[in-house]
Amino acid sequence: MYTQSFNVPDAPGGKTVPLAPSTEDPALQAAFDARIDADGRIEPQDWMPEAYRRTLVRQISQHAHSEIVGMLPEGNWISRAPSLKRKAILIAKVQDEGGHGLYLYSAAETLGTSRDQMLEGLHSGRAKYSSIFNYPTLTWADVGVIGWLVDGAAIMNQIPLCRCSYGPYARAMVRVCKEESFHQRQGYEALLVMMQGTAEQKAMVQDAVNRWWWKCLAMFGPPDADSPNSAQGMRWGIKRISNDDLRQKFVDATVPQAKVLGVTLPDPDLKWNEERQHHDYGQIDWNEFWETVNGNGPCNKERLATRVKAYNDGEWVRDAALAHARKQQQRKMKEAA
Amino acid sequence: MNAATDYLLHLADNALVLGQRNAEWCGHGPILEEDIALSNVSLDLIGQARLLYQLVASLKGGNTTEDRLAYFRDTHEFRNYTLLELPHHGPLSGYAHASLDYGTTIVRNFLYSALMALLWEALEKSANADLAAIAAKSLKEVRYHLRHSRDWLVRLGDGTDESHIRAQAALDHLFPYTQEFWAHSAVESAAVAAGIGVDLATLQADWDAIVDAALAEATLVRPQVGGYVPEGKNGIHSEHLGFLLAEMQSLARAHPNGSW
Repeated sequence: MYTQSFNVPDAPGGKTVPLAPSTEDPALQAAFDARIDADGRIEPQDWMPEAYRRTLVRQISQHAHSEIVGMLPEGNWISRAPSLKRKAILIAKVQDEGGHGLYLYSAAETLGTSRDQMLEGLHSGRAKYSSIFNYPTLTWADVGVIGWLVDGAAIMNQIPLCRCSYGPYARAMVRVCKEESFHQRQGYEALLVMMQGTAEQKAMVQDAVNRWWWKCLAMFGPPDADSPNSAQGMRWGIKRISNDDLRQKFVDATVPQAKVLGVTLPDPDLKWNEERQHHDYGQIDWNEFWETVNGNGPCNKERLATRVKAYNDGEWVRDAALAHARKQQQRKMKEAA
Repeated sequence: MNAATDYLLHLADNALVLGQRNAEWCGHGPILEEDIALSNVSLDLIGQARLLYQLVASLKGGNTTEDRLAYFRDTHEFRNYTLLELPHHGPLSGYAHASLDYGTTIVRNFLYSALMALLWEALEKSANADLAAIAAKSLKEVRYHLRHSRDWLVRLGDGTDESHIRAQAALDHLFPYTQEFWAHSAVESAAVAAGIGVDLATLQADWDAIVDAALAEATLVRPQVGGYVPEGKNGIHSEHLGFLLAEMQSLARAHPNGSW
């Protein structure tokens, strides 16, 4: 699962990508533009403008960070999953998120930045990740609702990225999207079963929907009018559909699903607009969104500190693996000598 | 006592309890690749537990299900080895807390996988055809777990000074618990007599050989054992299993009529 549409700049001071000597050669630039215009793919060995490279590193690393931070809210329920089947499904799902992180870090590495550099950006608080993971998972129903709504919103964001102009990212996203679609269906199915259960279970599902609905709408990022990076992203073929259009698509797709499930979406202004052939919906609380993006949500500090602790606690393990590999190499060289 | 179901529950509880423990690493691994690997090991173990519980449920009949067995039995009814319920850190009382230690995790997975690689292979010839089939599937999985944990045991033992000290400490802490593998149990004897189970005494020399070879490569010293022999497989556990089950079972027990 992942994130708002990457219109959020990382905090200043980062140097994830070293500035290459300016090679903005007009001929190279023209060839690049022509390939973008022809909807072609840019590959790692191709020339690309530095700003394009920087934008991609920022976007792909934010996406990768979102995957691994996103393991925490759902991981919170692995130990207490209410059946062995659901426990296995949840472990496999959270593990998938780790796998997404792995191949997204790898895709970003093709742009000349290392995983360690990217992680340093995350751990120092400079690099952003999707704000949706800064909210707590309070009941088991949150696991299902995250699958249905958060992953559902993520898919809306991610499907267009399968056609992103940067080849390695686009190819990684094909696989990510397949797995996310599976997660979304699993989440929805888990909720359907709960809605056939006891009154307490049904109330649990409704409560989770109430808490996650507005956060999911905000996942698509600020309204187009306030989204400064969007235009350039569209021009480069990194971004394909605007925030507001994706959000509308998500609302329209979700309303009938909520009806089948038997839950109410917590928005009194949500209704079908015959003229627009879309659903109208109420005002998103952008102050709350920006507070959370800027570090002041309910779980920002916990999420980041947990990632930092896992990394720091694991240092001796990584060091041991490196030391052992060096010893092995020395032994081999000695034998060969 | 029922020779078949009691023996199967012992195998199932082993898998579930260690699967539950290993899943604690999900999201907290020392490196992303290991996070994913440990989740995989955990998934395999929970998968094995499910198959074994389902087999028990079919033998017991009535309203028994895999989840009734996993979620609605109490501590003294669990038949797993005590080794498998211990937290991922050195010796501490039940309600004390410490950070997860990868050394403890690796040493335990190694000691247990070394046993199960032998036991599942022997159980392929069990008179119970369902158990033999589960053994064949589990054998493939545990061979990977053994390779994974053995590789890391060697890296940690023959890595840095710190990793060597940590790996040796984990070994010193956990090794005495392996005495339970070889201790007599009425359930195992009955299962052996019925042709369902395997006499572990016949596997001990092979286990020693696997362990000694790995420890030598890891430059670790095999601890002397003696004294207290744990009895988890007879339902007498450490202080830790109660906490593990309290957490694992809490939601299912809060909604005993829920459907999930």
